[in-house]
Amino acid sequence: MSAITLTGARVVDPATGRDETANVVVDGGVVTEVGQGSAGLRLDVDGCVVAPGLVDLHVHLREPGSEDAETIASGTAAAALGGFTAVCPMANTAPVTDHAGVVEQVLRLAREAGHCDTYPVGAVTRGLRGEELAELGTMAALGVRCFSDDGLPVRSARVMRRALTYARTWDAIICNHAEEPTLTEDAEMNEGELSSVLGLAGWPREAEEVMVARDLILAHGLGARLHVPHVSTAGTVDLIRRAKVLGTRVTAEAAPHHFTLTDACVADYDAVYKVNPPLRTMADVDAVRGGLADGTIDAIATDHAPHAPEFKDQEWGQAPCGMLGLETALAVTLTELVRAADDAAGDLTLPQAVAALSTNPARSRDIAGHGGGIEPGAPANLVVFDPAQRWTVDATQLASRSRNSPFAGRELTGKVVHTLLRGRFTVRDGRLAG
Amino acid sequence: MKEHLLDIGDLTAAEITEILDTAAGFADVALRPIKKVPVLRGRTVCNLFYEDSTRTRISFELAAKRLSADVLNFSAKGSSVTKGESLKDTALTLQAMGVDAIVIRHSMSGAPKLLTGWVDARVLNAGDGWHQHPTQGLLDLFTAREHLGHLDGLRVAVVGDIAHSRVARSVVQGFATMGAQVTVVAPPTLLPPGIERWGCAVDLDIDAVLTKTDVLYLLRVQRERMHQQFFPSTREYARLWGVDRDRLNRLPEGAIVMHPGPMNRGVEVTADVADAPNSVITEQVTNGIAVRMSCLYLLLGGEA
Repeated sequence: MSAITLTGARVVDPATGRDETANVVVDGGVVTEVGQGSAGLRLDVDGCVVAPGLVDLHVHLREPGSEDAETIASGTAAAALGGFTAVCPMANTAPVTDHAGVVEQVLRLAREAGHCDTYPVGAVTRGLRGEELAELGTMAALGVRCFSDDGLPVRSARVMRRALTYARTWDAIICNHAEEPTLTEDAEMNEGELSSVLGLAGWPREAEEVMVARDLILAHGLGARLHVPHVSTAGTVDLIRRAKVLGTRVTAEAAPHHFTLTDACVADYDAVYKVNPPLRTMADVDAVRGGLADGTIDAIATDHAPHAPEFKDQEWGQAPCGMLGLETALAVTLTELVRAADDAAGDLTLPQAVAALSTNPARSRDIAGHGGGIEPGAPANLVVFDPAQRWTVDATQLASRSRNSPFAGRELTGKVVHTLLRGRFTVRDGRLAG
Repeated sequence: MKEHLLDIGDLTAAEITEILDTAAGFADVALRPIKKVPVLRGRTVCNLFYEDSTRTRISFELAAKRLSADVLNFSAKGSSVTKGESLKDTALTLQAMGVDAIVIRHSMSGAPKLLTGWVDARVLNAGDGWHQHPTQGLLDLFTAREHLGHLDGLRVAVVGDIAHSRVARSVVQGFATMGAQVTVVAPPTLLPPGIERWGCAVDLDIDAVLTKTDVLYLLRVQRERMHQQFFPSTREYARLWGVDRDRLNRLPEGAIVMHPGPMNRGVEVTADVADAPNSVITEQVTNGIAVRMSCLYLLLGGEA
C-alpha cells in the first residue's frame, strides 16, 4: 500500500482536540503525519472534513438467520458507505450470539467482507430468554466487551444484578434493552393523544424509564458498567443525567430517528416508522438533543434494523419494529443537529457531532484503534465527508438488502466521500471500493 | 363525498347530513315488496373480512344487494406474510379482478388506510382495530335523528370501554361534528390518553350525567378486560357503570338508549333496559342497512 495524502481538509479529531486545516498523510495503514507535508498520492479534499471513522454501538446485521433482510457483507458495506469503520452487531441472531461459535462466525464473515471492523455484542442470557446467564467468559475471551439481549429486556432484576456482577470479571458492559415488558404487552406506538386517535395500543414512556431507573440503581450499587441503548424519552435523559452526577458508571446512546422524528409519522400507518422504542413527541426529541449536547448521552448509535420489504408492507400491528440507519446517520446528524448548511446555531458543534459518532462510542466500549486520535502512528481509520453536499435518500439505492429507511425521500446535507480502514479505501468517491 | 370512507372524522357536517338524507330515501326500499333499486347494477362490491362479524357483513351484503351490486364475500383468516397471504397481495388480487369497492373489516387499526394505497377501488372501513367504525357512527346518528328530530345540541353520554372501542371513536366524533354535546363516562382505566382533546367532556360518574342525557350510548365491555385488570370484576363494573332499571328511570323524558351490539346483558346493560320501550337497539340494526346503502351509493354511484 503506497502513501496517500489527504490535502486541504478540516481535520476534526475530538480525541486530540484538533480542529484545523491540515494534510493527513497515511502510509502502511497508519497516519504518518498531520500537518503541511505530503507523500505519495495526493487527494485534494478541500472543503471536506477528515474525521476518525465512525463507530456504531448498535446495529443488527441479521446474519446468521435472516439473510434475506441483511448479511454481514451487505450490512458492513452499508456501514462503510455511511462512514463507519467499526460497528457492534447485536446478539439477536438465529442462532443467538450467546456463545463463542457465533461470535467467531460474525468476526470471520466481517473480516472476509473487509468493509468494516465488527465488535460483536454477546447475549447476556442463553437464547435471550432472560433466565440463565450465557457463557460470557467464552465470548469475552474473543474480545467481546459488551453483552446485551437487545430487542428483549433482561426482565428479572435478579438476573440483571447477577449479570452486572459477573461481568465485572472483565469490567465488561451490560447493555439492557430498556423496556419493562409488563407495561408494553401488545404496545404499538408511543402512548399519547395520537395513539388513542389512531386506535393503536400505547407504549408508555414509563416502560422505558422504570427499567432504566432499576438498572441505574443496580449498576450504581455494584460499581458495574451499564450502557443504556436507544434513549427515547425526556425522562430517561433526566435519569441518566442525574446518575452521571452521582458517579454511576453509565453510558448512553441515542438513535438518529429519536432525535429527529416524532409519533406524528405514524399517522398513515406506514410500518417503516414502527420502531422499538417508538418514536415519541417533540418534547422528547428536544430532550434527547439536549442530552447529546451536554454529554448525558455519549453516543449516536443507529440501531440499524433491516427488515425485508414484505414484512414492512403489512398492517401496522403485525409489522416488525426497526429502521435502517447506517447510510444516513452522519447526514441526518449534520443536517438536523449541526445544521452547518444554513449557518444556524445547531444543537451540536461539528466536533461534538464527530465525538458522538466516533470518539465517544469507541471509548465507551474500549474499542482501540477507532475513534481517533488522528496522529502519527495511529491506525488510519478515517472518514472524509463533504459537510455541504446535498443529496436525497433513495431507499432503492442503499447497500443494505432492506429498504426500511424512515428518511427515504428526504434531502440531507453532508455526504461521505471516502472511508479508510487501516489506510485502505473501503469507500472511495462515495462508492464502495472494490 | 370523499373517495373512501375510512374515518368519520374526515367528514364535514354537510357530508354527514347528505349521507343521512340519502339513507332516509333508501330506508323506504326495505318496505317495498321488491327490496331492490338498480343504482349500482354492474358494479362489484367485495366484503373483505379479516375478523368475524356476521352482523356487519350481512348488513353490508344486504345493502349492496339492495342497490343491485354484485357482491363477493371474502373471509380471510390470516393476513401476514408468514401465515396465509398478505393483505397487500390480497389487495393486488382484488385490484386485478377489477372490483369497484372493498368493504374491509380488520382487527388491526389502519388496515383500510393501507388498502387505499394498493387499490383503485373505493374503500369502506367496516371497522379496524380500536380505530374507527364509521358506518356504525353514521347509523347511530341516523337513528338518533329519526327519534329526536335533530342532532345539534343533543346531550349524548357514551359509557363504557372508550379506550378499546372503535365504535366510541366514531360515535364521539360523529355526534361532536353534528353539534351535539358529548360526555364520555368510564372508569379511568378505560379512558384513552388525550381524551380531553376529543372535543367531549369526561365524567367518571354515570349518575352525575344521567339526568342531563338525551342519548345514552352504552358500549360493549369485554370480559377479557377484567382479566387484564382494567376493572376488578364484571359485577363491580355493572354496579358502578352498568345501566339497570333504576338508572334508566333517571333519564329525562324522551331520552333513548343505544348500543352497537352485541350486548353483554348483565354487564353494561340489564336485560330489562335492553328491551325497554326507549331502547332503540334493534332499530340501529335496521337503519344500518339504509345507511350503508347510502354510503355505497354516494361512494360508487353518486356522480355516475
